[in-house]
Amino acid sequence: MGRSFNTIAFDPAKCDGCGDCMSACARVKFDSDDTSRSLIQILARENANTKGISPGAGSSFELALCRQCGDPKCVTVCPAGALTKNNETGVIDWDGSRCVDCLLCTIGCTYAGISLDEATGRVSKCDTCDGNPACVPACPHDALKYITTSNIYNEVGDWEDLFAPGLAGCQGCNTELLMRHTLRRVGPDTVLATPPGCVPGMGSVGFNGTTGTKVPVFHPLLTNTAAMLAGVKRQYKRVGREITALAIAGDGGASDVGFQSLSGAAERGEQMLFMVVDNEGYMNTGMQRSSCTPYGAWTSTTPVGKAEEGQKAVAQGKTQDAKNMPLIMVNHRCDYVATASTAYMEDLYEKLDKAIAASRTGFAYLHVYSPCTTGWRFPTDQNMEVARKAVETNFVMLWEYTPEQGLHFTKPVDQPLPVTEYLKAMGRFRHLSPEQIAHIQGKVEENRRMVEKLAEQVHGG
Amino acid sequence: MEQTQYLIVGSSHAALEAITAIRMHDTDGSITLVTRDPHLPYSPTVLPYVVSGRSAPENVYLRDAAFFDENKVSYRPGVALKALHTARNVAELADGSEIGYAKVVLATGAAPAIPPIPGIDKVDYHVLRTLEDAKRLNAAMKKSQRAVVLGAGLVGMHAAENLVKAGANVTIVEMSAQLTSGYFDATAARLIEEAFTANGAKIRTSSQVTWLAADGDDIVLTLGDGTTLNADLLLVATGVRPELDYLKDSGVACDKGILVDDRMRTSVANVWAAGDCAQARGFFDDAQVMNAILPDAAVQGRIAGMAMAGDPGVADYVGGVPLNTYHFFGRHAISVGSSKVPDGGVERTRFDEASGRHLKLIMKDGRLLGIYGVNEFFDAGVMAQLIVRRTDLSAVQDRLFEQPLTVGRELMSQIWR
Ligand SMILES: Cc1cc2nc3c(=O)[nH]c(=O)nc-3n(C[C@H](O)[C@H](O)[C@H](O)COP(=O)(O)OP(=O)(O)OC[C@H]3O[C@@H](n4cnc5c(N)ncnc54)[C@H](O)[C@@H]3O)c2cc1C
Repeated sequence: MGRSFNTIAFDPAKCDGCGDCMSACARVKFDSDDTSRSLIQILARENANTKGISPGAGSSFELALCRQCGDPKCVTVCPAGALTKNNETGVIDWDGSRCVDCLLCTIGCTYAGISLDEATGRVSKCDTCDGNPACVPACPHDALKYITTSNIYNEVGDWEDLFAPGLAGCQGCNTELLMRHTLRRVGPDTVLATPPGCVPGMGSVGFNGTTGTKVPVFHPLLTNTAAMLAGVKRQYKRVGREITALAIAGDGGASDVGFQSLSGAAERGEQMLFMVVDNEGYMNTGMQRSSCTPYGAWTSTTPVGKAEEGQKAVAQGKTQDAKNMPLIMVNHRCDYVATASTAYMEDLYEKLDKAIAASRTGFAYLHVYSPCTTGWRFPTDQNMEVARKAVETNFVMLWEYTPEQGLHFTKPVDQPLPVTEYLKAMGRFRHLSPEQIAHIQGKVEENRRMVEKLAEQVHGG
Repeated sequence: MEQTQYLIVGSSHAALEAITAIRMHDTDGSITLVTRDPHLPYSPTVLPYVVSGRSAPENVYLRDAAFFDENKVSYRPGVALKALHTARNVAELADGSEIGYAKVVLATGAAPAIPPIPGIDKVDYHVLRTLEDAKRLNAAMKKSQRAVVLGAGLVGMHAAENLVKAGANVTIVEMSAQLTSGYFDATAARLIEEAFTANGAKIRTSSQVTWLAADGDDIVLTLGDGTTLNADLLLVATGVRPELDYLKDSGVACDKGILVDDRMRTSVANVWAAGDCAQARGFFDDAQVMNAILPDAAVQGRIAGMAMAGDPGVADYVGGVPLNTYHFFGRHAISVGSSKVPDGGVERTRFDEASGRHLKLIMKDGRLLGIYGVNEFFDAGVMAQLIVRRTDLSAVQDRLFEQPLTVGRELMSQIWR
């Protein structure tokens, strides 16, 4: 399995071109004030309407920085063996004692990631300051981030994948990611309950008499998932075997018809981890609304259409607000309750670890917001982007709760984007009227105030 | 007889890239590499630095022995391909043994082209293509007082600079009217010439050697105008050409090199070729050209490897684009693309005498065709992309001419970020 590496990420939308990153780099690397020597170069863009050149997404700054490519062309054209991809750090290392200053690497690189330092006559390139890049903390606008999520992937890659290799999910579905990661993390000593929904639809219950997982899995009714799982767990305890009782359920199965057994198990403190994959509807059966479907959203049972002759009402998507399931679970005083998003894997992993630990002694509830490319109508390559926008607009807030420490935010958003940034990323909100958008924005604010009160902490906005 | 899935002939840039490409797609198919060179892989391009003493010969290898183990390559240095029997899919080696192959890539590079000067077979001259050549030249250079370099291409100029710095009186003899023609334009060539003369080298352009003779330890060169030169060291650097004797009777079509299509396939089934030995399509016109430069060898080797392994990701060769970088006496020169100004094309130049900065841009219909600079740094890789993508630069050409570095980067991050 290939390795994954940490990386410096640039968000041009947040950049104002102040150049602090370049000053920091020039200072740390060369003890110089000359920002032209910086290994990270931020460029103002002056030709946004050039013919034949895509105008880009409204940003006005561009970046030239070594990408530490996985298949680096600079290395292939170096005649002196002076450049190598370091398989430990992922950095393209430059060995000055071997380099002959021929500049061929600058021909190989199409990203201007290695170039001539005129002060020394030698090439120079970013080495990520050995994993502690000086440019990142120097950025006053959070436009630069050092992404360290790779550690998770490297670690997870060594664990056993407990799902069947092929799954029948829709293209671009992030539930597969969630299922594989969760099961890998929870490990083989697990009994898994997957009530009707996308997860068994994708294959957890298997085909032709074989299961889709390498752990015991069962397919309860929508109504009795938590009850059955509680019984299974108790039986294992009785025979003295330590297992993790894990449910992966949809939002319908948790918040609608399965709610009473879930509520009962939580109230009794059954020892299990109940994970909800919230795609805000009954997506597996044809995209019907659930109590977690947000206001205004199109579903097949909250359609959008013009009024017929003589009729007044115009169908404009769902007319009720979503139920805040995780807050309801907080009110069960479970041992652990958290919200999570696949766009923030490090956060998700930390919560998964805590939830697993809590399930040893009591009820743990993990609510993962999971955009649905088919039901929400967005391009299949946009899942992470939609998930991220939900968090960046405060449409979704990431927090965790324990009875001892109360509720606190894990990813506070300092300057939330307007909710339209989220809404316009998908088709199910395409029809919204300004009034509906105002309603949703108002709901986001109300929700934030509500959770902030519980958190006794400001979330921003 | 030994049998292999992939036979790689040669062990330099094109060959190494082919191995990488094959292993990305086929982790298990057997690979055998045969190469004439006895050493671990190294690049001919590094040899001028071995000559100068800057790079120690044992410190220039591109790969260590572990590379071949890790990639499950049966590595056979020091044995040349002698004949390719394509009807049987068998390679005959210089030691008499045979290897059967399913697929073979010829990456045997080029060798110094020796001009047919009367008497050349009677004198002891140097060439520069192998590590042995470099070590021998390095030793001879230390003793040389009067050196002559035949040919003012980059190989000759590099060596001439080394000889000058080692203290010899150096004369460069070049047939054409301009130094480094084919690589750099007239202004750049003048700057290069001035740097050499300022450092004591003599340059005789438009000169041809008509006769060579030995005189004791000296070599006497007779030039076209009748004058003679005495040298204690003669380096012949008059270009390169592939040695393709091993293809006799193979049916593989050759012109100046081995003719290949855009996937580096030769005219014969199961045979690919890449690098300096191959003659592939040029970018600027569709004629098959010899573009004997390192970056092209790497690209072609990669394509050949992907094609051989059946990698569905393989893309057609975009065509050879001339690309060169050159250092001389502390200055640098970069050339990317075509030096020809076509009908309807425009050439823009600027030159600052004080800083020695020189820049030339060749454009047509708003598209970049070539960019040349001396002491003016720009990202050659970015410029090459603008050329091969035929990006319409009409709206930015003035700025590009003023600031090729920043404007190139701006365009890069918008177009192929
Ligand atoms: C002094 C010098 C300076 C240069 N400077 C530059 C530069 O600045 N920029 C640039 O772009 N290019 C430069 N080049 C050219 C560049 O080195 C070549 O384009 C590049 O090395 C081509 O790679 P290749 O793999 O095709 O062939 P080569 O590097 O020539 O390698 C050929 C390989 O095939 C092996 N071989 C040959 N015949 C046989 C046979 N019959 N059987 C088995 N094996 C065989 C050889 O041992 C060798 O391993 C320079 C070349 C020289 C000599």
